[in-house]
Amino acid sequence: MTFVKTKIELNKLQKGDILNVKVAAGEPLENIPRSAAEQGFNVLSVAETEMPGIHCIRIEK
Amino acid sequence: MVNEKKLSIIAFSGDFDKLTAVFTLATGAAAVGYEVNLFFTFWGLDAIKIKQGRSPVGKGFLPKVFGVMMGGLKASPVSRLNFLGVSPKIFRYLMRKNSVATLEELVDAARQLKINFYACEMAMHVLGLQKTDFIPEVKDVLGVTSFLRLSEGGQTLFI
Repeated sequence: MTFVKTKIELNKLQKGDILNVKVAAGEPLENIPRSAAEQGFNVLSVAETEMPGIHCIRIEK
Repeated sequence: MVNEKKLSIIAFSGDFDKLTAVFTLATGAAAVGYEVNLFFTFWGLDAIKIKQGRSPVGKGFLPKVFGVMMGGLKASPVSRLNFLGVSPKIFRYLMRKNSVATLEELVDAARQLKINFYACEMAMHVLGLQKTDFIPEVKDVLGVTSFLRLSEGGQTLFI
Protein backbone atom coordinates (compact mmCIF):
# COMPACT_ATOMS: atom_id res chain seq x y z
CA MET A 1 0.00 0.00 0.00
CA THR A 2 2.93 2.36 0.54
CA PHE A 3 3.68 2.68 -3.15
CA VAL A 4 -0.05 2.93 -3.86
CA LYS A 5 -0.21 5.98 -1.56
CA THR A 6 2.96 7.35 -3.15
CA LYS A 7 1.51 6.98 -6.64
CA ILE A 8 -1.74 8.68 -5.64
CA GLU A 9 0.20 11.63 -4.20
CA LEU A 10 2.44 11.80 -7.29
CA ASN A 11 -0.66 11.90 -9.48
CA LYS A 12 -1.76 15.06 -7.66
CA LEU A 13 1.54 16.88 -8.34
CA GLN A 14 2.64 18.96 -11.30
CA LYS A 15 5.66 18.01 -13.42
CA GLY A 16 8.80 19.14 -11.62
CA ASP A 17 7.23 18.99 -8.14
CA ILE A 18 9.02 16.96 -5.48
CA LEU A 19 7.46 14.43 -3.12
CA ASN A 20 9.13 13.40 0.13
CA VAL A 21 8.14 9.93 1.27
CA LYS A 22 9.14 8.85 4.77
CA VAL A 23 9.28 5.12 5.40
CA ALA A 24 10.77 2.66 7.85
CA ALA A 25 13.42 0.25 6.70
CA GLY A 26 12.12 -2.86 4.97
CA GLU A 27 10.23 -3.75 1.84
CA PRO A 28 8.80 -0.26 1.10
CA LEU A 29 12.26 1.27 1.27
CA GLU A 30 13.39 -1.05 -1.52
CA ASN A 31 10.12 -1.07 -3.43
CA ILE A 32 9.28 2.64 -3.62
CA PRO A 33 12.45 3.89 -5.33
CA ARG A 34 12.45 0.94 -7.73
CA SER A 35 8.77 1.26 -8.64
CA ALA A 36 8.97 5.05 -8.93
CA ALA A 37 11.94 4.79 -11.29
CA GLU A 38 10.16 2.13 -13.35
CA GLN A 39 7.19 4.47 -13.64
CA GLY A 40 9.42 7.17 -15.09
CA PHE A 41 9.79 9.35 -12.00
CA ASN A 42 13.14 10.77 -10.99
CA VAL A 43 14.32 9.42 -7.63
CA LEU A 44 16.52 12.21 -6.31
CA SER A 45 17.73 10.65 -3.08
CA VAL A 46 17.18 8.04 -0.41
CA ALA A 47 18.57 9.07 2.93
CA GLU A 48 18.19 8.38 6.63
CA THR A 49 16.39 11.03 8.62
CA GLU A 50 17.09 12.24 12.15
CA MET A 51 14.49 9.79 13.37
CA PRO A 52 16.13 6.40 13.91
CA GLY A 53 15.13 3.83 11.31
CA ILE A 54 13.15 6.30 9.20
CA HIS A 55 14.27 7.08 5.68
CA CYS A 56 13.23 9.86 3.32
CA ILE A 57 12.83 9.16 -0.39
CA ARG A 58 12.74 12.29 -2.57
CA ILE A 59 10.93 11.78 -5.87
CA GLU A 60 10.55 14.34 -8.63
CA LYS A 61 7.53 14.11 -10.89
CA MET B 1 -0.44 -12.45 -27.10
CA VAL B 2 -0.24 -11.81 -23.33
CA ASN B 3 -0.29 -8.18 -22.25
CA GLU B 4 1.93 -8.23 -19.16
CA LYS B 5 0.41 -5.02 -17.90
CA LYS B 6 -3.23 -6.01 -17.62
CA LEU B 7 -4.92 -7.60 -14.62
CA SER B 8 -8.59 -8.54 -14.47
CA ILE B 9 -10.16 -9.79 -11.26
CA ILE B 10 -13.53 -11.46 -10.92
CA ALA B 11 -14.71 -10.33 -7.48
CA PHE B 12 -17.25 -13.01 -6.60
CA SER B 13 -17.02 -12.95 -2.82
CA GLY B 14 -18.50 -10.30 -0.57
CA ASP B 15 -16.32 -11.38 2.35
CA PHE B 16 -14.23 -8.72 4.05
CA ASP B 17 -10.96 -10.65 3.82
CA LYS B 18 -11.44 -11.66 0.19
CA LEU B 19 -12.45 -8.15 -0.85
CA THR B 20 -9.34 -6.90 0.94
CA ALA B 21 -7.32 -9.27 -1.26
CA VAL B 22 -9.13 -8.03 -4.38
CA PHE B 23 -8.45 -4.37 -3.65
CA THR B 24 -4.89 -4.91 -2.40
CA LEU B 25 -3.95 -6.69 -5.62
CA ALA B 26 -5.88 -4.25 -7.78
CA THR B 27 -4.40 -1.08 -6.27
CA GLY B 28 -0.89 -2.51 -6.19
CA ALA B 29 -1.11 -3.43 -9.85
CA ALA B 30 -2.63 -0.09 -10.85
CA ALA B 31 0.08 1.80 -8.95
CA VAL B 32 2.80 0.14 -11.03
CA GLY B 33 1.07 0.86 -14.30
CA TYR B 34 -1.23 -2.07 -14.92
CA GLU B 35 -4.59 -1.66 -16.56
CA VAL B 36 -6.89 -3.15 -13.92
CA ASN B 37 -10.42 -4.39 -14.48
CA LEU B 38 -12.62 -5.45 -11.56
CA PHE B 39 -15.68 -7.47 -12.46
CA PHE B 40 -18.07 -7.67 -9.51
CA THR B 41 -20.55 -10.51 -9.50
CA PHE B 42 -22.97 -12.03 -6.97
CA TRP B 43 -21.84 -11.25 -3.39
CA GLY B 44 -18.98 -9.16 -4.75
CA LEU B 45 -21.59 -6.61 -5.84
CA ASP B 46 -21.98 -5.67 -2.15
CA ALA B 47 -18.60 -3.94 -2.36
CA ILE B 48 -19.77 -1.36 -4.88
CA LYS B 49 -23.20 -0.48 -3.50
CA ILE B 50 -23.71 3.19 -2.70
CA LYS B 51 -25.38 2.22 0.57
CA GLN B 52 -22.58 0.58 2.53
CA GLY B 53 -24.66 -0.56 5.49
CA ARG B 54 -27.69 -2.85 5.63
CA SER B 55 -30.34 -1.40 3.40
CA PRO B 56 -33.31 -2.75 1.39
CA VAL B 57 -31.60 -2.20 -1.95
CA GLY B 58 -33.11 -3.93 -4.97
CA LYS B 59 -36.35 -4.26 -6.85
CA GLY B 60 -38.90 -6.60 -5.32
CA PHE B 61 -39.47 -8.18 -1.93
CA LEU B 62 -36.86 -10.96 -2.00
CA PRO B 63 -34.05 -8.75 -3.39
CA LYS B 64 -34.78 -6.22 -0.64
CA VAL B 65 -34.56 -8.97 1.99
CA PHE B 66 -31.23 -10.06 0.48
CA GLY B 67 -30.14 -6.43 0.45
CA VAL B 68 -30.76 -6.09 4.18
CA MET B 69 -29.17 -9.44 5.01
CA MET B 70 -26.05 -8.90 2.92
CA GLY B 71 -25.61 -5.16 3.26
CA GLY B 72 -22.79 -3.23 1.64
CA LEU B 73 -19.08 -2.83 2.17
CA LYS B 74 -19.33 -1.88 5.85
CA ALA B 75 -21.46 -4.94 6.59
CA SER B 76 -19.14 -7.44 4.90
CA PRO B 77 -18.39 -10.47 7.09
CA VAL B 78 -15.04 -12.27 7.29
CA SER B 79 -15.02 -15.68 5.63
CA ARG B 80 -14.08 -17.53 8.82
CA LEU B 81 -14.78 -16.86 12.51
CA ASN B 82 -17.04 -13.89 11.80
CA PHE B 83 -18.58 -13.98 15.31
CA LEU B 84 -21.78 -12.19 14.28
CA GLY B 85 -19.89 -9.30 12.74
CA VAL B 86 -17.44 -8.67 15.58
CA SER B 87 -14.40 -9.96 13.66
CA PRO B 88 -14.48 -7.33 10.86
CA LYS B 89 -14.44 -4.63 13.54
CA ILE B 90 -11.43 -6.29 15.17
CA PHE B 91 -9.69 -6.55 11.79
CA ARG B 92 -10.32 -2.86 11.07
CA TYR B 93 -8.88 -1.97 14.49
CA LEU B 94 -5.80 -4.14 13.90
CA MET B 95 -5.28 -2.71 10.42
CA ARG B 96 -5.35 0.86 11.72
CA LYS B 97 -3.12 -0.03 14.68
CA ASN B 98 -0.53 -1.58 12.36
CA SER B 99 -0.76 1.18 9.73
CA VAL B 100 -2.23 -1.20 7.17
CA ALA B 101 -4.84 0.20 4.79
CA THR B 102 -8.38 -0.71 5.74
CA LEU B 103 -10.80 -2.08 3.16
CA GLU B 104 -12.47 1.33 2.84
CA GLU B 105 -9.10 3.00 2.24
CA LEU B 106 -8.23 0.43 -0.41
CA VAL B 107 -11.52 1.03 -2.22
CA ASP B 108 -10.89 4.76 -2.07
CA ALA B 109 -7.38 4.21 -3.48
CA ALA B 110 -8.85 2.11 -6.29
CA ARG B 111 -11.21 4.95 -7.15
CA GLN B 112 -8.36 7.48 -7.13
CA LEU B 113 -6.20 5.24 -9.32
CA LYS B 114 -9.09 5.07 -11.78
CA ILE B 115 -9.33 1.30 -11.74
CA ASN B 116 -12.09 0.05 -14.04
CA PHE B 117 -15.13 -1.20 -12.11
CA TYR B 118 -17.71 -3.37 -13.88
CA ALA B 119 -20.88 -5.02 -12.59
CA CYS B 120 -22.18 -8.40 -13.71
CA GLU B 121 -25.44 -8.05 -15.60
CA MET B 122 -26.75 -11.51 -14.74
CA ALA B 123 -26.10 -11.24 -11.00
CA MET B 124 -27.70 -7.79 -10.96
CA HIS B 125 -30.77 -9.25 -12.63
CA VAL B 126 -31.03 -12.07 -10.07
CA LEU B 127 -30.52 -9.74 -7.09
CA GLY B 128 -32.83 -7.04 -8.47
CA LEU B 129 -30.04 -4.44 -8.54
CA GLN B 130 -29.65 -1.54 -10.94
CA LYS B 131 -26.61 0.46 -12.02
CA THR B 132 -27.93 3.39 -9.97
CA ASP B 133 -27.53 1.25 -6.81
CA PHE B 134 -23.75 1.33 -7.33
CA ILE B 135 -21.05 3.94 -6.87
CA PRO B 136 -20.57 6.18 -9.92
CA GLU B 137 -17.14 4.69 -10.66
CA VAL B 138 -18.86 1.59 -12.04
CA LYS B 139 -18.16 2.13 -15.71
CA ASP B 140 -20.49 -0.40 -17.20
CA VAL B 141 -22.70 -3.43 -16.73
CA LEU B 142 -21.25 -6.43 -18.54
CA GLY B 143 -22.03 -10.01 -19.42
CA VAL B 144 -19.49 -12.84 -19.55
CA THR B 145 -18.56 -12.42 -23.20
CA SER B 146 -17.91 -8.70 -22.81
CA PHE B 147 -15.76 -9.36 -19.74
CA LEU B 148 -13.77 -12.03 -21.58
CA ARG B 149 -13.14 -9.60 -24.41
CA LEU B 150 -12.05 -6.98 -21.90
CA SER B 151 -9.69 -9.30 -20.04
CA GLU B 152 -8.21 -10.91 -23.15
CA GLY B 153 -4.43 -10.82 -23.28
CA GLY B 154 -3.90 -10.17 -19.59
CA GLN B 155 -3.97 -12.10 -16.33
CA THR B 156 -7.30 -13.03 -14.77
CA LEU B 157 -7.98 -13.95 -11.15
CA PHE B 158 -11.14 -15.25 -9.46
CA ILE B 159 -11.58 -14.26 -5.82
